[in-house]
Amino acid sequence: MSQGYLVDLALVLSAFLFAIGVAGVLLRRNAIIVFMCVELMLNAVNLSFVAFSRMHGIDGQIVVLFVISVAAAEAAVGLALILAIFRHYESVDLELFRRLRW
Amino acid sequence: MSEAYHPILPGLILGLPLLGAALNGIGAFAWRENKTVPTIVGPLAVLGAFVVCLLNFAAMRAAAPHDPSLVPLWTWMSSGDLEIGVTLLFDQLSVLMTLIVTGVGGIIHVYSVGYMREDPGYSRYFSYLNLFIFFMLILVLGANYPVMFVGWEGVGLCSYLLIGFWYENREFSDAGKKAFIVNRIGDLGFLIAMFLMFGVFGTLDMPSIFEAAPTTLLAGGGIATAVTLFLFLGCVGKSAQIPLFVWLPDAMAGPTPVSALIHAATMVTAGVYLVARSGVLFALAPFTQAIVASVGVGTALFAASIAVQQYDIKKVLAYSTISQLGYMFVAVGVGAYTAGIFHLMTHAFFKALLFLGAGAVIHAMHHAWHETGDHGDPNDMRNYGGLRPLMPITAATMWIGTLAISGVFPFAGFFSKDEIIWEAGVRGYAVLWATALIVALLTAGYMTRLMVMTFHGANRSGESARGHLHEVPAVMWIPLAILAVLSTVGGWVQIPEVLPLPDVDLLHSWLEPVFAPAIEVASGGAVGGAHGEGLAHEAPLGGGETSWAVGGTGLALLTVIVVFWRLSRRRYLPAAESAEPSGAASLLYHKWYVDELYDRLVVRPLLAVWRGCWRIVDDRLIDGTVNGLGGVARVVGWTGSQLQTGRVSTYLLIFMIGALIILGSLAF
Repeated sequence: MSQGYLVDLALVLSAFLFAIGVAGVLLRRNAIIVFMCVELMLNAVNLSFVAFSRMHGIDGQIVVLFVISVAAAEAAVGLALILAIFRHYESVDLELFRRLRW
Repeated sequence: MSEAYHPILPGLILGLPLLGAALNGIGAFAWRENKTVPTIVGPLAVLGAFVVCLLNFAAMRAAAPHDPSLVPLWTWMSSGDLEIGVTLLFDQLSVLMTLIVTGVGGIIHVYSVGYMREDPGYSRYFSYLNLFIFFMLILVLGANYPVMFVGWEGVGLCSYLLIGFWYENREFSDAGKKAFIVNRIGDLGFLIAMFLMFGVFGTLDMPSIFEAAPTTLLAGGGIATAVTLFLFLGCVGKSAQIPLFVWLPDAMAGPTPVSALIHAATMVTAGVYLVARSGVLFALAPFTQAIVASVGVGTALFAASIAVQQYDIKKVLAYSTISQLGYMFVAVGVGAYTAGIFHLMTHAFFKALLFLGAGAVIHAMHHAWHETGDHGDPNDMRNYGGLRPLMPITAATMWIGTLAISGVFPFAGFFSKDEIIWEAGVRGYAVLWATALIVALLTAGYMTRLMVMTFHGANRSGESARGHLHEVPAVMWIPLAILAVLSTVGGWVQIPEVLPLPDVDLLHSWLEPVFAPAIEVASGGAVGGAHGEGLAHEAPLGGGETSWAVGGTGLALLTVIVVFWRLSRRRYLPAAESAEPSGAASLLYHKWYVDELYDRLVVRPLLAVWRGCWRIVDDRLIDGTVNGLGGVARVVGWTGSQLQTGRVSTYLLIFMIGALIILGSLAF
């Protein structure tokens, strides 16, 4: 019983964290914060994977390891991009970075 | 038939002019400044072909073949029942035509060396001229209608190129276009006739058609009439008959030797040749025959009346050519094919002579005014006058040409024209006969007027220019002299037996094998009732052949003398000081306003229709559709582009909404 309860709790937390991440990505203008929110969403998903692995075996935990490693690479690339943007605009405000349109 | 005749070196007849055209064509780009190569290559290509034609003529005379010799070169088209080979036909008629084309053509080439020497387009000129000879030979030698049609179109092309030779002049290049477009109407007729013939006979080879026609076609029937009428439409265009004659006077925009070669001696007679060649078909269609003869005599009279009041020397000669072509159509229309070809030949001599003489005068005037810096019209006879002492050879040779065309004994035109008028008379066509006689007098009249205005009376070219006027160089007057000799003796190949002269019958007996089938068909009962009984022996007004031959030449000579006597007393003013003719003369001066009439009836309505097509169909409908589609695409694109804000958060929002929709739809 308590096991299913824990899983529910973890999933609710995961959904909560993911929602915070989405809101942060959509609403915040600072690129670093947006980046952190993306990480938050990734980890929210990781949490739900781990929670599900309780019921469905080890597979979910393996996926989490993959996600962590990919996220590490993504962080490197993302931070490099943000650095480049900052060098150009002297700011990390995403509102300024609107040139990728028609 | 004694021994077999084989065409000698047929490839060389066609090959030499083509080679000349190619060499000169290359020269027009490669050695533009070099005048030696065109001077040698141009005339030599044609004279070489002339020599080969002479050899063929001699061989044919010796062999006297009854049937035409065919020279198949290669298969052109082969599709189902249609089998068209590039085949040449050598018979008495085509060999005679090749002699005229290359002979007169060669003389004119030599003359051109003098006439065009100073022109920057010298090499280009000879290239076109050689090419013309090549196509003209294809036309006369083609053994089937499509091959003939290639020549037919080819000479039309060369005519266009040479009329617009001085293309920097808008008026001249327009004249070329006019010739080309008017000829299209006739060519359409030729094409339709070919389709009909293929439908009926299943072949387009002339010998097979002529052999099958009397049994396949109903004499006087609809098909025979339709085929021949469409063929004749082609002739009307090419040979400048009513109603398609308007291009020929404008064609005088080209260099004068071109007018002599293409628009007098050879190309414009192609229509007469076509009718004579297809004589069997025409003999089966008496209605068409009547049309041919009527159009011919109508054109002869109409054009002669215009020539009386023209002041441009080349225009007089152009209308004279149209008029003489009318004579030839009268001849072939009444079934006197040999008379038509006879006049074609003598006309080639004396009209080429007259044009080249006119060219000599224009050349002299042009040079004189070039020296003095005057800017008059060197073609206007009102600016000439009294040139005889200054240009004695030109004057003498042109007088021979004038007497020849007027039908004065013993010059060439007398024999051929007399025969046409007589043939029309004895076949019972009183109207044709009487009109042809009147035209003969008109001809004598306007030609004498031309001579008087040019060579006699007081000189009107201006004091300073007179000193610069002199006879043309030998390279130009020798051709004139040769043609003058031909214009004199050319008629002696066929002297009517009724005259108290040695009886010469070269042309009739020469062409007899060619025209025998047509004459046989025509006299074969069903067609010409009147012809069947044999011909009358009196002219419509009574009187035998001898008295009319003598009377005709007497009348012509009388006209020449009277007109000369009247006009040499008249004082003409130079063109710049002359008033426009008034009254009836104005009507003739303006060529019966035919060009204006066509402008109102054909050109402007067509222009209005095409302008309507342009403004409504093209501008509104087609452009509207295209622009409308473009506009729709722009609006859609613009609307879509507004989604692209460049703000990552907007994209993500849309992305999220999309993801939610997909997830939602999966859930339910």
